[in-house]
Parts: sequence; C-alpha cells; structure tokens
Amino acid sequence: MNGTIQAPSIEYALLAPLLVVFGAAIVGVLVEAFAPRYLRSAIHLPLTLLSLAGAFALAVWQAIKGVPTKPAAMGAVAVDGPALFIWGTILILAFVSVLLIKDEEHFVGSAAAVPGSAEEEQSLVERAAHTEVYPLLLFAVGGMLLFPAANDLLVAFVALEVMSLPLYLLCGLARRRRLLSQEAAVKYFLLGAFSSAFFLYGTALLYGYAGSVDLAKINQALGTVGGQDTLLYIGAAMLGVGLLFKIGAAPFQAWKPDVYQGSPTPITALMASGTLVAAFGALLRVFWVGLGGLDWDWRPVFYGVAILTMVVGAILAITQTDIKRMLAYSSIAHGGFLLIGVIATGHTPAENTSALSGLLFYLVAYGFTTVGAFAVVTMVRDAGGEAWHLSRWAGLGKRSPLLAGTFAFFLLAFAGIPLTSGFFGKYAVFQAAVANGATPLVIVGVVASAIAAFFYVRVIVLMFFSDPAADGPSVVLPSRGTAAVVGIAALATVVLGVYPQPVLDLAHTAAQSLFVR
Amino acid sequence: MPWLSTLMGVSVLGALGVTLVRNDKLAKQFTLVVSLIVLALTVAMAVQFSPNGDKFQFAETYDWIPQFGVHYGVAVDGIALVLILLSVILVPIVVLASWHDAEAGKRSVRTYFSLLLVLEAMMIGVFAATDVFLFYVFFEAMLIPMYFMIGSYGGAQRSYAAVKFLLYSLFGGLLMLVAVIALYTIAGKGTFMFSDLVGTIQDVTTQKWLFLGFFIAFAIKAPLWPFHTWLPDAAAQAPAGAAVLLVGVLDKVGTYGMLRFCLELFPDAAKFFTPLVITLSVIGIVYGAIVAIGQTDMKRLIAYTSVSHFGFIAMGVFAMTTSAGSGATLYMVNHGFSTGALFLIAGFLIYRRGSQFIADYGGVQKVAPILAGTFLVAGLSSLSLPGLSTFVSEFMVLTGTYQRYVVPAVIATVGVILAAIYILWMYQRTMNGPTAESVKSLPDLNAREKWVVAPLVALLLVFGFYPKPLLDVINPAVKDTLSSVSVTDPKPAVPVAQEGQ
Repeated sequence: MNGTIQAPSIEYALLAPLLVVFGAAIVGVLVEAFAPRYLRSAIHLPLTLLSLAGAFALAVWQAIKGVPTKPAAMGAVAVDGPALFIWGTILILAFVSVLLIKDEEHFVGSAAAVPGSAEEEQSLVERAAHTEVYPLLLFAVGGMLLFPAANDLLVAFVALEVMSLPLYLLCGLARRRRLLSQEAAVKYFLLGAFSSAFFLYGTALLYGYAGSVDLAKINQALGTVGGQDTLLYIGAAMLGVGLLFKIGAAPFQAWKPDVYQGSPTPITALMASGTLVAAFGALLRVFWVGLGGLDWDWRPVFYGVAILTMVVGAILAITQTDIKRMLAYSSIAHGGFLLIGVIATGHTPAENTSALSGLLFYLVAYGFTTVGAFAVVTMVRDAGGEAWHLSRWAGLGKRSPLLAGTFAFFLLAFAGIPLTSGFFGKYAVFQAAVANGATPLVIVGVVASAIAAFFYVRVIVLMFFSDPAADGPSVVLPSRGTAAVVGIAALATVVLGVYPQPVLDLAHTAAQSLFVR
Repeated sequence: MPWLSTLMGVSVLGALGVTLVRNDKLAKQFTLVVSLIVLALTVAMAVQFSPNGDKFQFAETYDWIPQFGVHYGVAVDGIALVLILLSVILVPIVVLASWHDAEAGKRSVRTYFSLLLVLEAMMIGVFAATDVFLFYVFFEAMLIPMYFMIGSYGGAQRSYAAVKFLLYSLFGGLLMLVAVIALYTIAGKGTFMFSDLVGTIQDVTTQKWLFLGFFIAFAIKAPLWPFHTWLPDAAAQAPAGAAVLLVGVLDKVGTYGMLRFCLELFPDAAKFFTPLVITLSVIGIVYGAIVAIGQTDMKRLIAYTSVSHFGFIAMGVFAMTTSAGSGATLYMVNHGFSTGALFLIAGFLIYRRGSQFIADYGGVQKVAPILAGTFLVAGLSSLSLPGLSTFVSEFMVLTGTYQRYVVPAVIATVGVILAAIYILWMYQRTMNGPTAESVKSLPDLNAREKWVVAPLVALLLVFGFYPKPLLDVINPAVKDTLSSVSVTDPKPAVPVAQEGQ
C-alpha cells in the first residue's frame, strides 16, 4: 500500500458485453459530435443494434464457455449464472425496444424549445431530431447490465446512476404532449435522485458497519461485527428503499404511472422491461449475497411490501382510464408478484435455485409481453398522437381485429391465463413460494391476480364488445420495426406459454450456480 | 392410435382451417364437417372401450414440462368417456343450430365457429386429462373461447355477463391453482400425474384445505348454490348455441371435478364435508326450482332449472353410493341433452320473435306445432318424466342418496314436483292459450332446425328406455372411484332399481 498503487486486474473477456455496450455508446457520442446531421441516424441505428447483438453474442459465448466462480475485476463485478441470464434478457429486450425507437415520430425535434413556442415550430419545419437518443439509450442499457452484476455497493451505485440519468433525459423527449413528458422527466429525476441518495447513504452506513462495501465482506461481517446494529439496520433499510424505488414497489410506486404515461412509449417499454429486470437482479444480489445472513430481519418487511405492492397495483389499476397508466399499475402489481419470488428463497440451495429460476423466467416472460403491449400502444393513434384514453379504444376489435387480438392476448398473458407465458411465470414463482411455506403470500397473490384480471378483461371488453366510436382512433400501418416487435413479443408469449421447458432449463442452469460471492 | 390427441388435434386444425376460409357459408359447412369427423372418431374410439378393462384406457403420456413434473397425459375411464361423448355429440348440433346466430350483429362468423372448435378441443382435453396440471390448464383456458362467444355474440347485456362469468370462474380457478401447487409440493412426488397423486395426502387437515381449494372452484363452475349467480346472466346473454355448451358441458367440468378429484384425492376430507355439500345441494335443488318458477325470461328460467339440476348431480356425487354416483354421472349426460334441447328450441323461438320474455308469447302451439311439441318433450325431460332418460338418472340419484341420507333425499324430491310447475307453467304460458297477435305469423321449425332437435329427442327417448349401454360404461368407473374413497354401499333396505323402465 505504501506509495505504490497496484494495477487492478481486470478480466476484460468477462466484462466484454459491458464494454461493447459502453464503447458503442461513446462512439455514438462521437458520432453526434462529428457526423453531419443527415448521416447520424443512419449510423446510430446499425451501431446500436449491432452493439446490442454483439454484446448478446458475447454473453452467450461466456455462458457456453463456462460460468466463472469468482467475481471479476477485483471483486467489483460478478459475472455469474444469474447475471449472464439477466444480461441476455436485458440485451434482447433493449434490442427490441430499439426497433420501436427507430420510428422517430416518438421524439421531439428540439427538446429545448418551449412547448408551443416559435422555436418549436421552427424545429418542426427543419425536421430537427434528437439522434442523441441512441447513445443515451446505450448508456442506460450499459447501466442496466452493470447494476445486477455489481458485486460491491459503490459499483452498484455508479451503475444505478449510469442507468438512471439517461433515462431521466429520455423521459422528457416525447414529441407530443410535451408538458406531460417534461413533467414526467422532472418527477422521475427528483424522486430518482432521492432514491439514489438513500442508496448512497445506506452504502455509507453499511460501510461504517462492515468496513467494506464488498457484498461478500458485508455478509461475513454480519456474523462477526457486534454492537453496530443500528448502522446495519438503517443501512439495510436505506438500500432497500433505493432498490424498491427502482422496482416501483409500494409505497415507492408513486412515480411509475406518471413517468410511464409521460415518457415516449418506446422508452416506457424499455423502462418497464429492462429497468425492472435490472433492478430485480440488483435487489436479489444485494439482499442475498450482501445481506443473506440478515434474512430473518428483511424477509418480514419484504412480505409486507410484496402484499402492499400487489394490492395497491391491482386495485389502483382498476380506476385508471389511461392505457399507459393502467399498464404502469399493472407493472406495479407484477413487481409485487416478482417480490414473492424474492421472498420464496429458502435455506437449501435447491430451494434457492427453484425460486431464482422461477423469478428469472418470470422476468423474461413479463419483459417480452410488456414490450409487445407498449408497441401496440404506439400504433393506436388519433389526431393528437397516441390514443391513450381507454374510451378511445372502444371497438378496436372490429376495426383492426388482428392488432386488438394481439393486444388482448398480451393482456391475457398479464392476467396469467394458461397457455400464455404469464401463467408459467406466475406458476413458477408461486410454486417456489408454496414450497417454502409462503402459502399465505401466494393466496394474496392469486386474489390480486383475480382483481388484476378484472381490469385486463375490461380493456378486452372495450375493444371487442363495445361499438366503435364514430371518430375513433386509427391504427397506423406499423413500421417494419414496430411490426417486428409486436410479432416477436407475441411469438415469445405463445412459445413460453405452450413450451416453456427450454427457457426454464436455461433459467434453471443459470440459477443453479446461484450468485457467486 | 393416439385417439384422444387425434380428437383434439382435428378440432384445433379445424379451428385454424375455419379462420382461413374466406366465405362465411363455407366456413359453417367446414365447421360442421369437422365436428362430425370428431364425432365419428369419438364413436370409433368409444366402441373399442372395454368397460371392465383397465381403469384408464387410450392412455398417452408424454413429458411436457419436466422441471415442474408436468405431463401431457390423457386417457379416459367410463365417466370421462361418456362426458366426452356428450361434448362431441352436442358440438355438431350446436353448429347446426347456430347457423345464423353470428350474423345478427354483423360480427365475424368465422371467428364464432373457430372459437366453437377450439372449445371442443378443450372440452375433450379437460375430461381426458390425467395430469392434474393439464386439467387445470384446460379448466382455465376453456374460459377464454366461451368468454368471447358470450361477449361478442350474446344479447344486450353480453359484456356484463361475459365479464361476470370470466371473473367468477377465474377466481375459483386461481384458488384451485394454490391447491394444485400445494398438492404437488406436499405430495413431494415430483409429478402431477393423477394416478401417482391418489392417496399421497394422508393428513386430514391438509386434505381439508386442499379439498376446499378444489371444491370452491368446482362449486363455482358447476354452479352450486350459493355460487350460482353468474349462471343465469351468462346463460341468458349467451347465444343459444353457446349457452348449450356452457350449461351442458362446461358446467359439468365442475361436477366431474368433484367426482374425479375431490373424492379420489381427498377421501377423508370429502367425507368430512359431505354433510355441508349435501346441504348446499338440497338448498340449490329447491332454491333453483323456486326461483325458476318466478322467472319471466325463458333463458334465465332454463338457467335456474339447471341450478336445481346441478344440485341433484352434486348430491349424487357426494352421497357416495354406487347408485347415486352412477346416477349423477348419467345425470350429467342426460342433463346435457335435455337442457341442450330446451335452450336450442327456446333459442329458435326467440330468434323468430326477437324476445326472451315469456309474456310476449302465447298459443304458439297452433302456429308452430312441431316447435311446440319438441319443446314439450324437452321440457318433460327436464322434469324427469318416466320414459325419458332423465328420469332414470334422477331416480338413481334419489334412491342412491336415500340409502345414506334419508332426509335430504326426501326434501330433494320436492324439486321434482317444483320442476313440473316451472316447466309446465312456462309451456302453458308460451304455447297454449289464445295465440298472441305477435306470434301469429311465426313459421314452424324448418328442416335445419328439425335436424337439430331430432337427435336430441331421439337420445332422450332411447336412453330413457335403454340406459344400459351408458350404465355399463359408467358403473365400473364409479365403483372404482368409490372404492378408492373406501366406502361401500350401505345394505339396501329396499332393492335398488337399476333400470328405469
């Protein structure tokens, strides 16, 4: 230590997927700086898609090559089975979301122009576009990849910020209903900043307790350090707040509907799928690896949070009249179901594996369906942009049966009807919970599912059983990207619902090694 | 030959095929042909069934999701076989009867018939499933086609009725899901195969909880009093054809589930809850009948008669005597034909006049004698007139119950009398008396409609005089079920009649 600084050893090969995404993001920034305006879009799109695909390929290659048993980069990043599975999931979901973003109709020409001002007019005339969207998105995705793999709290915090900051910006870039979009961005930023502060404060307190920010060392300290329980409990609680905020678990769910509603829909799709997956990955790692020895203390709290989240999500969703807000509340409720999986962890590795693999499967299933559902939302438009109000969706089934049918199918998957992916996701999580004696939680879960089914079904009723309004919204002919997204999502929802075994196997294999310490 | 998979496969392929046909008329004909092929295949399978052979025949088992211990396992015993027969007989009849149903609202005809065939595949699957998980999957999934059939093609209150139907059933199903998971976990066998799970739950308290999880789902489905309120709405709003399948087949899944799963998987709990179930059944019998008398809407009336009939079936299942159990199974089949006929003929009448209300009719018999006549036969079968097949089953249920539970059997008999009131009074108000002005020009049944009614009436008559073939198939299966519950028939005080002549 004296005077000489040891160069850290970095396993570049292991971190390759991360590096590819971040590298592409930086190249994207350079493109913004140096490429002429008319070329940018043409460069960004292939760059973004290729880097995501490349990162995915690298992640797969690593999974095939064998999962390392020790954390990489001096214990800062853990590339283990669950992390690789989550990476794969996030990368696919991000890839799909980019296909949605490709349709630049969604983004404002000049974000700095005041809504309704002459500058805005001018930017429309000039056909200005914010092509920064692509590098911002890549940074966010890079943060999403790092967050669940972070093996120490400081890296986790950095990842959290890298993930969140671009998203705050992206939220405010909607082309239409700009005030709503900016409001969403500010709300998300303020609340997100608070939650980051909580996370950081928690990190500091835990450092004070354990003398390290390394998750494994914190866990070791749980057995050895005495007399510092105040620091430990407050620190753990604050970390929990930061993480539960990102998941949107009650009582930290208030931002979700506003942000989901105001953001450009493709960004909402990315947040609802990718961010959720990343946040759950991080939550699992922090509370299993770092605070696993404390589970007698946090488990009851999570019990309560899960119940509250499911109930709040399901009940408030009923009162919504806006499709995006409804999907946001549905996402809250699903966050509650997923928390059941976090609680379902038991004391034997086998039990943990089944809970973890159930959770991973649920994340995949839910992620695809969510992206698909938001993709459909982008296609139903009227004069003012996307038609969000539910009453505008009346009779959609008569005018465009295929689209409405697909959306209905996604909704049934959300509701967890058998032969859709959502059913097996729920089943896997519930089964793990029952096996671990959390049956009361599962009963709350099914009751919440039944309540949730009500509002999903209500939309189906509107689309199919109501008569169309005379001036109802039109369904735009989807761009190839959007059509591909809907197609991929529908296919995933069917295949995972009819033959889930391959993905279950994959999740099981990924979960088998559990988290490295 | 994988009979059962073939049956489902043909239906599903048919459903896909229908959506590809461009012409509505062709789509209907295609559906009819497919449903007749399925019927023919089922009959070909049924004649190879040996009643005294293995309990489950035509078995197929493949791994579906090994990680969860889920199999694609199908097979039939006598009980499942007759219920599958009931389903596949009703489908072509419903197709023929629904020829013009989907046209009224300018809704997609092809979708309607496609849903019908999807539903057929699921009806076969739900009765044939030998894996509890697979049963659950069909149990829930079959709600969806029916939901769309009611919601898209039903009457004025259709979306309310469809949502109520779906949510009730879904809620019950989700409770059952918890019980299914718990059953799997507690049994610890790593498999959902029914035959492996029988007898694994020994602890009586556990049995009681799991029993409730399954039973509530089935009681909502059946529907048993007091879980019945969705049925009158759903059945009254559904198009006549869908109502037939809803009441005739889908609801039987509930009573079938009680007989197959509640009794065999949780015998001790079943015995414990028997007094409760019998009480609910008896209340349902009397309540359903009394409320039926007061109805002004024909379809609601028929729906309430079914609440009464399902009371009989549940009572027969839980009386746990061979005679009552076989009677209940036979009742499920007969009720499908009898109520099916009632719904369809009432549907024809409503289609002609455009009103479901009894008060809008009167003296139809004079203008449409065949319609009125067949309606009378169907009605008489509903009140279990001797000579019609329903009499056999009702009689068996009552005598079988009497062997063990005297008072409930006696009270239930009141239901028979009330049945005469609601049926005959409805017949009197709609068919007899002076011909109402609005029905003066009603045409009688046309050829298509006669083809719809004829097989149902024929089946009611044939099995009324000669129920032996059905009973031969049903009896061994019921005996086997009861033996796994380890109950034996009490010594009869009077000789039990097996045949209903």
